[in-house]
Amino acid sequence: MEIDLRTVAIKPLRHTFDHIARRFGDKPASRYQEGTYDIQQTDIFHYRPMWEPDKILFDKSRTQVQMKDWYALKDPRQFYYGAWTIARSRQQDAAESSFDMIEERGLADIIPEEIKQTALAVLVPLRHVEWGGNMGNSFISAYGYGTAITQPCLYHAMDHLAVAQYLTRIGLVLDGPEALDTAKDAWMTGAMWQPMRQHVENVLVVQDWFEIFVAQNLVLEGLTYPLVYDYLDGDFSANGGTVISMMTRFMGEWSTETAKWVDAQIKVAAAESAENKALISDWVKQYRPLVLAALAPIAQRAFGDQAETVLAEVSAQFTARCTKAGLTV
Amino acid sequence: MDMNVKKKKLGLKEKYAHMTRGLDWQTSYQPMEKVFPQATFEGIKIHDWDKWEDPFRLTMDAYWKYQAEKERKLYAVLDAFAQNNGHLGITDARYLNAVKLFLTGISPLEYVAHRGFAAAGRNFPGVGPRVACLMQSVDEIRHAQTQIHAISNYNKHYDGFHDFKHMLERVWYLSVPKSFFDDAFSAGPFEWMIAIGFSFEYVLTNLLFVPFMSGAAYNGDMATVTFGFSAQSDEARHMTLGLECIKFMLEQDPDNLPIVQKWIDKWAWRGIRVLSLVGMMMDYMLPKRVMSWKEAWEIYFEQNGGALFADLARYGIKVPDCLTQCSEDKEHISHQTWATFYQYGGAAAFHTWMPNDEEMDWLSAKYPNTFDKYYRARFTYWRDEAEKGNRFYSNTLPMLCQVCQIPMLFTEPGDPTKICYRESEYEGEKYHTCSDGCKHIFDDEPEKYVQSWLPVHQIYQGNCFPEGTDPTAEGFDPLAAVLDWYHFNNGHDNLDFEGSRDQANFAAWRGMATKNT
Repeated sequence: MEIDLRTVAIKPLRHTFDHIARRFGDKPASRYQEGTYDIQQTDIFHYRPMWEPDKILFDKSRTQVQMKDWYALKDPRQFYYGAWTIARSRQQDAAESSFDMIEERGLADIIPEEIKQTALAVLVPLRHVEWGGNMGNSFISAYGYGTAITQPCLYHAMDHLAVAQYLTRIGLVLDGPEALDTAKDAWMTGAMWQPMRQHVENVLVVQDWFEIFVAQNLVLEGLTYPLVYDYLDGDFSANGGTVISMMTRFMGEWSTETAKWVDAQIKVAAAESAENKALISDWVKQYRPLVLAALAPIAQRAFGDQAETVLAEVSAQFTARCTKAGLTV
Repeated sequence: MDMNVKKKKLGLKEKYAHMTRGLDWQTSYQPMEKVFPQATFEGIKIHDWDKWEDPFRLTMDAYWKYQAEKERKLYAVLDAFAQNNGHLGITDARYLNAVKLFLTGISPLEYVAHRGFAAAGRNFPGVGPRVACLMQSVDEIRHAQTQIHAISNYNKHYDGFHDFKHMLERVWYLSVPKSFFDDAFSAGPFEWMIAIGFSFEYVLTNLLFVPFMSGAAYNGDMATVTFGFSAQSDEARHMTLGLECIKFMLEQDPDNLPIVQKWIDKWAWRGIRVLSLVGMMMDYMLPKRVMSWKEAWEIYFEQNGGALFADLARYGIKVPDCLTQCSEDKEHISHQTWATFYQYGGAAAFHTWMPNDEEMDWLSAKYPNTFDKYYRARFTYWRDEAEKGNRFYSNTLPMLCQVCQIPMLFTEPGDPTKICYRESEYEGEKYHTCSDGCKHIFDDEPEKYVQSWLPVHQIYQGNCFPEGTDPTAEGFDPLAAVLDWYHFNNGHDNLDFEGSRDQANFAAWRGMATKNT
């Protein structure tokens, strides 16, 4: 049986803001829509930026990719700030309880030494790669065009910072603060990390923001995350290192979720025009071998004589993913 | 089984240091100046980024935890507000006009703050300020969105809210706040931090954000005040960041002092001009007043700001010269600004009105030196004329200040009956400013301010009519064409409150909700 609470019903004059109604009609709009669409200014900027006087403040020409409507790049997760932060806090609760349990019970001590050393050598220096991801995505959030893409890129930048901090905690749990110094030394001077550091630094100076999106969010993450949080994590679990998997759970879930968002952006941008498709495909073809080369010594350390096989599998899966998103790579 | 020896728990500061410091590195495959190309062009010298003291030691896990909790509470209140016709709980429909000013003039700036702090968070070579700026960037998009969401329900029922982004870019008085943020974002990252991080968020926030939120609390606006409370702890963080940033710049190199002082002078004055809109809001637009503009200025600027500048004196920072004029201006600007909006009420996206007798008495009491002497007679005259059916609307357009873009409505220091004009020349052209403060800013960077898109000039040049308009056509009405281009619903968004659709609907709906007829 239903109960029927009565309220005073007032007929509204309109259901949403005009700029939302122009896109979707005058009907109740979602919080994602009202918080995202057309809230970036597009017209009439008073002064040329002192740091880039040949452009206006928000300028479509900061990338070679061209879109008739930049708001076509919508986020399938519909993340506005509240949705994003609440989703992440739930994931953080789960991660926190894992870390708590591991720290309380000293579970790091039961990890086999060999696994622990691999985790210290491979996972902890990745915090610097995450910092690069944070830099690239904050660049897009500042200089990209249209809130539909600049907004999730800031969330993505903050997520990268969070992953860097989870990796830091892994170092602290496994070996204490010295682990961080060792990892930084390896990052700065160790032979295994130099190709990756060089690649990350090269991406830091890219000026086309959509190119950064492809290089960082599609190619670098698309190859590194499966390698580390899928294959290597599987190895850890299979060899008595489940404790490490408990600490990388956030990264695994996060990369599955964010890959869907990244793919949706690539798909829409590539479907827009033959030029976009060619441009993005070329970027993938340019960056894929560079990332694979940078990952090779890391894979060697992680998988030994299986490294080539694993990298080949990761690469094949990545290429299939790009094809599915409409690229020719 | 042996008991494990637990590792010593790290303290908060230590933990934060590990979590954040050391993530960055000196690049060697690419030069640092290419990775951080905006770090030096403003002339600010930083020798050691690690000397930065993190003002709030928040790791992402803690950030998500606190913020998600606040978001859940806020949206629960907004849902309840919408479900229960919370808009009928406000003191008086006139109050809505303060909210309109906020949504059209302030919320879009929160958005620009988000983008600007993302840029600062990319451009500083130090990990401490980068992370702090990025957290502020993500807070600012929170503020833009939660304000839009809080005010969305008002938009469904009342006029003037419906196309706020379009209006911000075009409407004459909204170019005042818009140009302020365009100015800051088009400068470099250090000036941005002084402009927004320090001047706006630290020095002026109690005169900007707080009056609107207190006004909401006093006038029964549960949606906006809940947002205000929810944003309070974010704002406190932003204030500490602004202060830390200025101290850091001053401590790093003595050569930074004159640059920082110049920016403080500029942005204090720019900010104060924007606050004229807040002053009139406090004195005229709130049915239930919180305090007068003059009182707010005395408490928040003269007392609190005075203490701040006393604190900064040890670095050699002086109180900006232009501020001496403010102790005189505080008696006038709200009246002069409201009088201007009343006259140009045909072209404003909110309603205007003249205060009633009781309100005029309040103004006399709060402004014993000026209200009766300079303003009451004029306001009474306008009100009497309106009651006779001769509501006065000015059909000309006012001259705008080249810097702050406010109409030339402020008066000469020492003579509140004479409009203040200043003139500068640049490359053979004359430019006009409203005050010594704005003239000083113009003369220092003329190449920047000659670019200003001044709404009145643009109207006269024919750039503010809908596409396809023929201004030579018989019976062409330029004002109507401009309002059309602004996307005003002419007759609903603008004009006097008396006789407005807002007034009629609010009365009818409140009647439905409280009576049985």
